[in-house]
Amino acid sequence: MPPKIVIALSGNPNSGKTTMFNAMTGAHQHVGNYPGITVEKKEGFVQKDGYSFHIVDLPGTYSLTAYSQEELVARNFLVDERPDVVVDVLNASALERNLYLAVQLMEIGIPLVLALNMMDEAKDQGLSIDSQKLSELLKIPVVETVARSGHGVEPLLLEAGRFAGERGGKWSQINISYGPDLDPVLKEMARKIEAEKFLTDRYPPRWLALKYLESDEEIRVVGRKTGPLALELEDMAESVAKHLEKTLKTYPEAVIADYRYGFISSLLKQGVLTKRSGQERLVLSDNLDKVLTHKVAGPLAMLAVLLAVYQITFTVGEIPMGWVQDFFAWLGDTATALIPDGLLQSLVVSGVIDGVGGVLSFVPLIMLIFLFIAFLEDSGYMARVAYMLDRVFRAFGLHGCSVMPFIISGGIAGGCAVPGVMAARTLRSPREKLATLLTAPFMTCGAKLPVFILLIGVFFAKYQALMLCLVTITAWAAALLTARFLRSTIIKGPSTPFVMELPPYRLPTLKGMAIHTWERTWQYIKKAGTVILAISILLWAAMTFPGPPQEVLEQFETRQEALTAQVANAAQKDQDMKRLEARRKTLAGQEAEARLRFSLAGRIGNGLEGISRLAGFDWRTNIALVGGFAAKEVIISTLGTAYSLGETDPEEAAGLGERLKRDENWSALTAVSAILFIMLYAPCFVTVVVIKQEAGSWKWAFFSMFFNTALAFALSTTVFQTGKVLGLG
Amino acid sequence: MAQKTALRKIKVGQRARIAKVSARGELGRRIRDMGLLPGAEIEVVGRAPLKDPVALRMQGFTLSLRNNEADYITVAPLED
Repeated sequence: MPPKIVIALSGNPNSGKTTMFNAMTGAHQHVGNYPGITVEKKEGFVQKDGYSFHIVDLPGTYSLTAYSQEELVARNFLVDERPDVVVDVLNASALERNLYLAVQLMEIGIPLVLALNMMDEAKDQGLSIDSQKLSELLKIPVVETVARSGHGVEPLLLEAGRFAGERGGKWSQINISYGPDLDPVLKEMARKIEAEKFLTDRYPPRWLALKYLESDEEIRVVGRKTGPLALELEDMAESVAKHLEKTLKTYPEAVIADYRYGFISSLLKQGVLTKRSGQERLVLSDNLDKVLTHKVAGPLAMLAVLLAVYQITFTVGEIPMGWVQDFFAWLGDTATALIPDGLLQSLVVSGVIDGVGGVLSFVPLIMLIFLFIAFLEDSGYMARVAYMLDRVFRAFGLHGCSVMPFIISGGIAGGCAVPGVMAARTLRSPREKLATLLTAPFMTCGAKLPVFILLIGVFFAKYQALMLCLVTITAWAAALLTARFLRSTIIKGPSTPFVMELPPYRLPTLKGMAIHTWERTWQYIKKAGTVILAISILLWAAMTFPGPPQEVLEQFETRQEALTAQVANAAQKDQDMKRLEARRKTLAGQEAEARLRFSLAGRIGNGLEGISRLAGFDWRTNIALVGGFAAKEVIISTLGTAYSLGETDPEEAAGLGERLKRDENWSALTAVSAILFIMLYAPCFVTVVVIKQEAGSWKWAFFSMFFNTALAFALSTTVFQTGKVLGLG
Repeated sequence: MAQKTALRKIKVGQRARIAKVSARGELGRRIRDMGLLPGAEIEVVGRAPLKDPVALRMQGFTLSLRNNEADYITVAPLED
């Protein structure tokens, strides 16, 4: 049995940590979430030189405080799981800042190996780093690596294995001096903690004391649950804070950071880091930025990039999407042929096959969009997009990165909210991300588009282009204003600090992009897939059961038989046959309508007519809207069924259009009200499931269904009633 | 030594040394995590098309923050 070593991989964002993880584990990765939160947990397993490594990729952080979920996850993993060794990946060209995290890891005392990554870039920038010296000074192993090319990765693993064995699970902390004001308090606090064994099974005493001085929220909460010493420690921290405020106009957190950085810079000055002067640094990246973030050229280039991502995703994605749909259509036909007519056939075809087909048809889109997102993120361009658009989106309580989810969801009409919501992953600020997730589905996705085109074509035939344009503008306005509203009510709170690195432009590696894309896609198939199939079957049941009463069914049967008899008796005259065929079709349409009307969805639609009249919708429209929860394109086919036209193909809805035009329940005003409602009401359930996945709880998924529907109803009612008063109806 | 001023006032291309960081809480911590501490040298390398946020060059990396966040940072401009 080879020795099993658990390695936790830590490091700053943009330090090449993910590339390092990929280089170490290859494709043998497992992606999940830490329980209850949306922070990703990636793990991999490698066998090397008699070692069996279990590598856990911690979230990228700059520090180990309690301000973000990522940092909490990282440090709780260290103290609770006690991995054998931590490998901290450092960007060698920004060594000073990267060591800030390393020092905090050494203060916890967990066995640590430093990987000086991106050594090639550091050399290009005229930096020379003595890793030997650094290792001697810190008394921990330091390995030079270039994760992109795989250089140094194997030695790093072996060194981690060796060092874990040498330390044998023993933790030993470094003690940095925090100056004459804090050191004595720190010592006293640590002594008391030690004496009472206060939380010492989890945290080293001095580190715990330090966290009290830093006013760490999580530690304070845990401490108060543990014992009375907590309050004493808080008082000690409080009084030293007051003292600092009075004498130096500063506070403990700032002093601690000062001394940590002081420790690092004195370390680097001892011959670890030397700069060759005269060397221009980051030249290429700076020159690119002169164009790509230029005040005129920058936004134009960004517009072009976003348009290109959109165009390619949806035009190229359509091709494999068509194959998937064709395959499932074929599968449905085959099943229809093999299984006798009846409930089982309906369940298999309309419930299972359509459901699975619906899930899988999104896969090509998701793959493409994540391929692009991986490219934009890894290349460093995404940070520039956020940088350029932040001013605009911040006004609505959002973040510069919100632009991507909005556009993909249908900010340019014809997108899709499923990959759109998933694209919100690029947002690192929780409140801004949530507001983006909840409002992106207002955009005009490719499934709502044919519904809008139908209604506009019927009631605004002369102004089609203008109306479609208005629809898009309204969707943006609704999304941004609702985001603003949510951010000042339910998701209240100051905007998350923007402070963000603009990493130098780099060419992404194909391997990195492929792994990233595959992870996301697989996660979607696995997690969303099961839930979506279940909901799809439930929706099928709601549109099928309980069904019309026996006598209604018998009536249809009798009429059907009569027709069949007539066909048999009719002379072979074409005219008669045509007439009978038409009648048979009408009858089938009427039967489908009756079945729908008596189903649960139909009964809901009927029951709601009293209320929905306020917005101008009759029961038929209601049923179609209920069906639209399955997928928005279903609105058209359900409306067709409800008007006894049989299933209507969204692409060829001319018959339905004619019917709506003649219907007294429909007018231009009703159409506007319906368009507004369809734009804003509950997202389709696939989107709802994805919102749950991204927001981390069903609470927000349900919220999006109910809040959006209420908002949609309020708006369309207002428009409809105002219109009626003005005599437009 | 040049007059101390708000980071917001520094022009693109100008260098400065940080004199004081008055932000607290999460913002203060994030600013410090990035090494924006008294004594650190920065250069304003750009501003977004709408003049906000601002991009700073630090020791070996580039950083961006909003103007209202930069207002917590007082700097002393450096002569070239």
